[in-house]
Amino acid sequence: MSAQVVTVTSGKGGVGKTTAVANIATALAAAGQKVVCIDADIGLRNLDVVMGLENRIVYDLVDVIEGRCRLRQAMIRDRHFQELYLIPAAQTRDKSAISPSDMVDLCNELRPDFDWILVDSPAGIERGFRNAIAPADRILLITNAEVSAVRDADRVIGILEAEEKGSPSLIINRLKPDLVRQHEMLSPEDVLDLLAVPLLGIVPEDEMVIVATNRGAPVVLDEKSRAGKAFRNIALRLMGKEAPNDDWNASDTFWARFWPLKGRK
Amino acid sequence: MGFFRSRKSSAEDAKERLQLVLVHDRTNLPPAALEALKDELIAAISKYVEIEAQSVQISIERQGRSQRLVADIPLRAVGERRKG
Repeated sequence: MSAQVVTVTSGKGGVGKTTAVANIATALAAAGQKVVCIDADIGLRNLDVVMGLENRIVYDLVDVIEGRCRLRQAMIRDRHFQELYLIPAAQTRDKSAISPSDMVDLCNELRPDFDWILVDSPAGIERGFRNAIAPADRILLITNAEVSAVRDADRVIGILEAEEKGSPSLIINRLKPDLVRQHEMLSPEDVLDLLAVPLLGIVPEDEMVIVATNRGAPVVLDEKSRAGKAFRNIALRLMGKEAPNDDWNASDTFWARFWPLKGRK
Repeated sequence: MGFFRSRKSSAEDAKERLQLVLVHDRTNLPPAALEALKDELIAAISKYVEIEAQSVQISIERQGRSQRLVADIPLRAVGERRKG
């Protein structure tokens, strides 16, 4: 077994990177894959709370790299799946504590034991981002259908091209179908036309994500959630399997059909 | 009528603005630099051939992820030379 290293990045902060990592990882694990997540956002650790594992942290990524613990000691097993692990970020250090080659070495050590290594990149295009993309076999770029997120995503694509990392696969997150229908939000087609990279999936805005994050249980665990379904489809596509098209065009709620402006906030 | 005069939808507006800003981001050629380039280009070309300086158009066109600088430079016909 040799894991694929998948780095999830976005340029802009707050577009849903960490949520995407937690959900894709959980969906892969639910499909029987062996998965380890690495939170590379040193100093702004968050993947632990989104996955509901914050109380189990003893050692972190920097402890592993600086040799204060063995790799296995820093790997926290998920509450739901036996074959899903998290290596948390250090909270009291900064991004200069690790280097791109540290990340490459760490991933190489993990590769034989897993199918997937998911790296949660910090926002921005600085050192932390460089660390996160260094070991990547594949890069997922998360954006929202919104001007600043698309602009920053374009910068990231430019850097990845210059670094010869190839084209990332795009995930359009938090799409508001009602707004798209009213032409008050960029459509997925607009975003793809602007960024000109391949699409991996479209995730509709879903209030259940907030509820799921409150509980520390990724929304893919909720069979009925629309965002959860979209993340499960993304996991299937990563695995090279057929997945149904994302039905982002379905109405937000029953009521939205009667009050089409309800989606505006 | 004020801010909302535009007939364009906000999504169209967003797309058009992004198209422009991405082209300049990708090429590191802001609009002011493009203007300067245009002036120098007109001066350089005018050394060799008479052109309609007012009608010169320089733009960056986008195709997928690649950009090209497109210059439309109308030449003045020889017969028109002494007209103005």
